[in-house]
Amino acid sequence: MQLTRLSELKPGEEAIVVKVEGGGPLARRLADMGLVVGAKVRVVRVAPLGDPMELEIRGYNLSLRREEARLVLVEVISSGAR
Amino acid sequence: MALDKAIGAKRELMIRVALSGNPNVGKSVIFNKLTGSRQRVGNWPGKTVEKKEGVYRYGEKEVYVVDLPGTYSLTAYSVEERIARDYIIREKPDVVVDVVDATNLERNLYLLLQLIELGAKVVIALNKMDLAEASRLRVDANKLEEILGIPVVATVAPAGIGLEELREKIVEVARAERQKPRIRYSRDFEEAIAEVARIVEAAEALRDYNSRWLAIKLLEGDREVLELVGKAPEGGEVLRRVKEVRGRLEQKYGDVEMAFISERYRVVGEIVREVVRGEKALEASDALDRALLDRYLGLPVFISVLWIIFQFTFIASAPFSDMIADFFALLSERLVGITGVSRLDYMLFGDYGLLNGVGTVLSFVPLIMTLYFALSLFEDFGYMARAAFLMDRIMRRLGLTGRAIIPMILGFGCNIAGVYGTRTIPDERDRIIAIVTNPLMLCSARLVVFTLIAEAFWGPAAGSILLSLYLASVLLAILVALVLRRLILRGEVSPFVMELPPYQMPSLRVAATYTWLRASLFFKKAGTVILAGLLVLGALATTDAATLGFTENVSASLAAALGRVFKPLFEPLGWDWILVVSVLFGFVAKEVVIGTMAMLYGVPEELFSEFLRQRYDPVTMYAYMLFVLIYIPCLATVAAIKHETGSWKYALLTVAYGVVLAYLVSLLASVIGRALFPGA
Repeated sequence: MQLTRLSELKPGEEAIVVKVEGGGPLARRLADMGLVVGAKVRVVRVAPLGDPMELEIRGYNLSLRREEARLVLVEVISSGAR
Repeated sequence: MALDKAIGAKRELMIRVALSGNPNVGKSVIFNKLTGSRQRVGNWPGKTVEKKEGVYRYGEKEVYVVDLPGTYSLTAYSVEERIARDYIIREKPDVVVDVVDATNLERNLYLLLQLIELGAKVVIALNKMDLAEASRLRVDANKLEEILGIPVVATVAPAGIGLEELREKIVEVARAERQKPRIRYSRDFEEAIAEVARIVEAAEALRDYNSRWLAIKLLEGDREVLELVGKAPEGGEVLRRVKEVRGRLEQKYGDVEMAFISERYRVVGEIVREVVRGEKALEASDALDRALLDRYLGLPVFISVLWIIFQFTFIASAPFSDMIADFFALLSERLVGITGVSRLDYMLFGDYGLLNGVGTVLSFVPLIMTLYFALSLFEDFGYMARAAFLMDRIMRRLGLTGRAIIPMILGFGCNIAGVYGTRTIPDERDRIIAIVTNPLMLCSARLVVFTLIAEAFWGPAAGSILLSLYLASVLLAILVALVLRRLILRGEVSPFVMELPPYQMPSLRVAATYTWLRASLFFKKAGTVILAGLLVLGALATTDAATLGFTENVSASLAAALGRVFKPLFEPLGWDWILVVSVLFGFVAKEVVIGTMAMLYGVPEELFSEFLRQRYDPVTMYAYMLFVLIYIPCLATVAAIKHETGSWKYALLTVAYGVVLAYLVSLLASVIGRALFPGA
C-alpha cells in the first residue's frame, strides 16, 4: 500500500483517507467536515497561485491549504484521467 | 420599536424556536419566510457574530424564532459553534428547526446527530428539494422521517413550499413532552454512553443537563464540559470514573473524540444509503467554476468583479448621497434665523451646525445600503468564497485571511463600507484584524483632501504623490496587521477549511430585507454616537474661549484654543494651530479638514491653493497628508467598528494606534524630507 500526503495529489486524482496527523482543533475541524479515516476525496483543482486546493468529499466541495492537506495521509485509488 | 417590546414582554408565553443548520443551506430564506417583516438584527452579546430574531403568529400562538449562526458542527472550538450550542443548552428552546440541504445530506446530517445528542426537540426542514431533483437526486423525506423518528418537512424555501407544514410541525413538536429519536451508535459506544450517563445522573448538581449529551462530551474530552463537571461538588469522583470508561474505548478505538466523529459519519452514511437515490450532478455550477477559478482567467475575472462591485456601489449611490447632503445644506440655509436666537441658530443651522453634520453622516447611508445589497447578492450567489479561495495565498503572507480581500478593497471607497464588509470572515480574530486595519485604507473622503493639497504643491506630479500615499496606505495596513498578529491577536492565521458551495440564484428579497435591517441599525446606533460627537464639536466651535459665551469667530473659539494647547506637540512637525484644529475637526469626516482650513484662513476657495503654497513648505504638507491618512478614522467609522466588534475596546485601539502611528510616521517623513530637501 502506497501512502501519499493529500497535499501531493494532482487535480483529478482520487484517494481514500488513511490517517489524519496532528490531532488538536485542526484535525477535529477536518474530521467535522467529513475528512475521517475511510472517506473518499478527489482533488478538483488548485487555486491559480498554487494554494489552496479544492477537494470533493462527501458530495460537496471543500477548500484546504496545502499546509493543512499535508496532515492527511491518503491512498490513491484513481489517477482520475477523464 | 414594537417588535422589541413584543419579544421582551411575551417571550415567556411564546413558543421559542431556534433555527439551526450548516452555512449555505437556505436558512436565511426560511427565517425570512417564517417571520416576514417582524424581525430585528443585532449581535450576540459581546461577540461580532450576527444575531437575528423574529416573531410570527400561528393560530393562537405567538412564535419567537432565533436564527443561530450557521455551523457544520457543535464543538466548543469556534465562536459560532459555541454560540449555537450554548443557546440550545442554556436557553432550552422549545423546538430546534434544523435546516438540511437535500443536495448535501451527508454533511448536513452530521450536525443533526449532534443536535439530537443535545437532547433538543427537532423538526427537520429538508430544504432545496427542487435543486435535488434538478441534479438527479431522489431524496425520500418519508423514509428519512421513519429512520430518524423525527418530523421531516420537505421545503423549497424561496417558493414558500412546505412552510405551512413546517409551522404546523413546530407547534406540534413544541407541545409534545419529549422526542424519541431512533438514532443509536454501535454497541461499544452505546454501552460506554449508558455507563457514563448513569454516573452523571447520580450527581445532583448536573441534573439540569441532558445526561446522554454530558456522557458523550465527557467521553470525547470536551474541555468546556470537563470544566463544568469539574466544578460540581461530586465532579472529581465523576471525572475519575469517566476516565476508566474512556480508557476502555481508547484502547479499542484510539482517540475517542475522533472515534465519535467517525461513528457519527458511519451512521450518517447508513442513513444516506437508504434515503438517497442517484448521483449528484451540478453541471452548471461546475462549468462556472471552471471559468471563474481558471488558472489564467481566475484572477482577472476576480479583479473585474471587484471593479463591478466598486463601481456599482459608489456610482449607484452617489446621486442619492449628493441629494441628501444638498437637501440638508439647503434646509440649513432656509432655516437660519428661524429660532430668533442667534447662538442656537448658528449651532443648529450654521456651517458647523448640527443639521449640516447630520446631512454629512446621512449621506453615507445610500452608499452603505447599496454596498450591503451588492455584497449580499454576491455572497448568496457563492462568489465570495471563491474570491477568498483565489486570494488566500497572498493575503496569508500579510497576516490576513483570504476572506479579508473584499473589505480591504472596499475600504478604498469608504472605511465604513470596509468595516461592515468584514462580516463574511468567519474567524473572530481574523475578522478583528481586518476591521482594525481597515481605516488605513485611503478612502474617497481623504482623496478629496489629498488631491487638493497635492495639486497645490506638486502640480503635474500630483498623481505620483497620490500614488505614493496609496502605497503608504497598503504598506501600513500590512505592517499593522503583522504587528497585531504578533502582539494582541496572537497565533496563526486560522485554518482555511472552507466550503465552496454550489452557485445559486441570489435572493433579491433576502438581500433587500438584510439591507434595510442593517441600514436602520446604522440610523439608530451610529446615529446616536455621531450626533453626540457633532454636538460636542459644534459646541467647541461656537463657544468663545475667553468669555465662554457665544462666538461666530472660530479662531476665538474653544476649538481654536484647544488647537493652540496641542500646538507645541505638533511643533516638531512644523504645524501651526490651524493645521491642528483642522485635524481635530477632521474627526467628524475627513473632508472637513479642507473646509475647516478654508474657514480659519478666511480665504475664498479659488485662492486657497495659492495661499497654502505661500504659507507652508512641501515637506510639511506631505507629512501632514500622511498624518491625515493615518491618524484616526472618521466618527462614522469609529461607530461602525464599535458596532461590528460589539465593544469599545477595538474602536479605541484603532483610534489610539492611529494617532501614535500617524505622529511617528509624519515625524519621520518630515525629518527625512528636510534632510533630503534642505531648501524646502
